[in-house]
Amino acid sequence: MGDYILLAVGAILVNNILLIQYLGNCPFLGTSKSMDNATGMAMAVVFVLALAGIVTWIMEAVFLKPLGLEYIRTIVFIVVIAALVQFVEIFMKKSMPALYAGLGIFLPLITTNCAVMGVCLINIKEEYNFLEMLVSSLAYPAGFGLALILFAGLRERIIIGRVPGPLQDVSIALVTAGFMSLSFLGFKGMI
Amino acid sequence: MAKTIVQEFTKGLWDEIPPFRLVLGLCPVLAVTKTVANGVGMGVAATFVLVCSNILVSALRNIIPSQVRVPCFIIIIATFVVVVELVMQAVAYPLFLQLGIFIPLIVVNCIILGRAEAFASKNPPVASIADGLGIGVGFTIALGALAGIREAFGAGTISVPFSDTVIQLFGPSFQPFTFMVEAPGAFVCLGLVLAIMNLIGK
Repeated sequence: MGDYILLAVGAILVNNILLIQYLGNCPFLGTSKSMDNATGMAMAVVFVLALAGIVTWIMEAVFLKPLGLEYIRTIVFIVVIAALVQFVEIFMKKSMPALYAGLGIFLPLITTNCAVMGVCLINIKEEYNFLEMLVSSLAYPAGFGLALILFAGLRERIIIGRVPGPLQDVSIALVTAGFMSLSFLGFKGMI
Repeated sequence: MAKTIVQEFTKGLWDEIPPFRLVLGLCPVLAVTKTVANGVGMGVAATFVLVCSNILVSALRNIIPSQVRVPCFIIIIATFVVVVELVMQAVAYPLFLQLGIFIPLIVVNCIILGRAEAFASKNPPVASIADGLGIGVGFTIALGALAGIREAFGAGTISVPFSDTVIQLFGPSFQPFTFMVEAPGAFVCLGLVLAIMNLIGK
């Protein structure tokens, strides 16, 4: 049990996927201009990544590894993720219209979000067993959400503030992200 | 044709240089720029995938139905990423280990899908090759430059791409500014380079 808690804390804080592992930075900058968008994106990533983690792990264990096909992992994973995102979108539209209204526009963006593919690959690379994979597939996106929502809060303030000309928009956002990353680096000694 | 082949090539080197002008594909930019060798290696791998996928997408642009074009593009790109993975394991294994999961992640690099969608699917193959090469070379230069800044300050060295040579820049009393090679340095450094680009552009 303790191991799983350590893994979860490690994935959320110590190895935060956005700020320490640098995965998923395009949506990080793209959707952090307003709190609503950031929350929507974070929820969508948690939802899709939990599913994608399970499906890709099973694909690896059942098909790729026994058949010695690890070299086409990249193609298989991206197709699985793209199909899954499409499926989730259709399913949500039909049966959960309220949730779809909130998350719908973020779903197509998730296919090319490297955080999703990245975590699926990390699960395989670290040779996690099923439970560890489940913890990591939930904790990494939780860390993504935490960083994204905190950052959106900061960015809403920055937009109001007076920023020197050349630093405006993406530039100041990256510098801010750098200092957030510095504070997350402080968790390094925890584990 | 509005633009010549040369113009398609050179626009990637300044006007639309990723990731500075087109803020896309940031993950590899931040992650692999700890050393110049890694940065340039990543740039070359991405350029190869970009040019090859541009050729194929543009050659098939009248065959692929527009409703399913994005999945088709992704599969084309993924195929070339697998090629890069296998070639790199064979010829540049240490670099392959250094870049780790960022090699398979070229597949979700928005620059490549972006060029397939915005350019190659609407233009003939020769122009698409020029576009892919231009953007790819621009991306490689950008990665190399950013890596150069980070490595010079963070470790006091410049590693020469595709060889084991490492050049020491400063004397033995140099204290490395490790902030630059850690995660925060990547963000701050890219942010400041963007600001400088904005300043020059205006």
